[in-house]
Amino acid sequence: MEILVLGPGCENCKKLYETVKKAMAELSIDGDVKKVEDIAEIMKYTMNTPALVVNGKLVHSGKPLPDVEKVKKLIS
Amino acid sequence: MLKSFSRYVVYDLLNLEKGSHFSDALEFFIYDTLKIFILLAVIIFIVSFVRSFFPPEKTKRYLSHKKEFIGNVLAALLGVVTPFCSCSAVPLFIGFVESGVPLGVTFSFLISSPMVNEVALVMLFGLFGWKIAFLYLVTGLTVAIFGGIVIGRLKLEKYVEEYVFKIKTGEAEIISPTFKERIAYAKFNTFDIIRKVWLFILIAIGIGGFIHGYVPQDFLVKYAGKDNFFSVPIAVALGVPLYSNAAGVIPIVYALMQKGLSLGTVLAFMMAVTALSLPEMIILRKVLRPKLLYIFVGIMTVTIIFVGYMFNIIL
Repeated sequence: MEILVLGPGCENCKKLYETVKKAMAELSIDGDVKKVEDIAEIMKYTMNTPALVVNGKLVHSGKPLPDVEKVKKLIS
Repeated sequence: MLKSFSRYVVYDLLNLEKGSHFSDALEFFIYDTLKIFILLAVIIFIVSFVRSFFPPEKTKRYLSHKKEFIGNVLAALLGVVTPFCSCSAVPLFIGFVESGVPLGVTFSFLISSPMVNEVALVMLFGLFGWKIAFLYLVTGLTVAIFGGIVIGRLKLEKYVEEYVFKIKTGEAEIISPTFKERIAYAKFNTFDIIRKVWLFILIAIGIGGFIHGYVPQDFLVKYAGKDNFFSVPIAVALGVPLYSNAAGVIPIVYALMQKGLSLGTVLAFMMAVTALSLPEMIILRKVLRPKLLYIFVGIMTVTIIFVGYMFNIIL
């Protein structure tokens, strides 16, 4: 499974990244979470950051950030 | 009801002496704090609920290929209700320009969004009353519309960084939340914002109370009153570095106003705090060439100073 966290690197983007890590640990999913900070790469999916992409599909974008439970649903 | 409650706490519960500076200040502190936090909770909740109907993707579609003026007015209004994380100002800018939103219209959106924000409005409403809050809202929208039109007229597209036009954007589908999700979102956002600003507000109300009780009346009239020509530009210059603390600045400004600071100066200061911030300039530098950035800051500064003088003269 390929998971991307999109965002230029602000407070909220970091928070989302941590939340995803935690959700994966709780579900004991093995996989790679990548942070994408390059604007051109981000724009391929959305202009509304922070965003979450699972296997090439945009599942969340913008504020408010999803909590751990929501992220668990989004990635499983 | 809030007034009698704060009186009850100070004089009955704490059994403090009536009429002393300290008990006066404490009564004000309790009253203002309760009032502001109740207002914040209610208004942020409503605003957040409304915002769930205006995701940035939808706003972009509304504004795409809009004409001057109508586009600018719409952009300024949508700037108030479209939620976005400050970090997405750059992707948003690119997305707007990319999908045919005119540059001037994009700027109207980017100006109004931070300036006309609900926390600033609640603080103004709670401390200064609805007339001044409304005045701020209308003036803020006018500044955003005007600033955007001027930037549009100047034909500055060539000063947008070139790579912006080369980026291809994917078309994200808009996920429409259910009613329950909107309510949950509004609740979450309300707590989130209050968690971020409560300490600033408490400290500021505290300082405001102190100024109220201890600084002599008319202290500022000579330096920052209506008649001092330089009070407006100085207020604007002071407002630029004070970015994230808009919520905390207002109670202090409120107390200063009672000591002689004039309203035009206050409004100019508020606008400079919210609309001209150093961190935002640094973010926007990623998509704007320096010249366009300077023009943007220049137009905003002149407009805000003008607004300050105007209110000092007519009020």
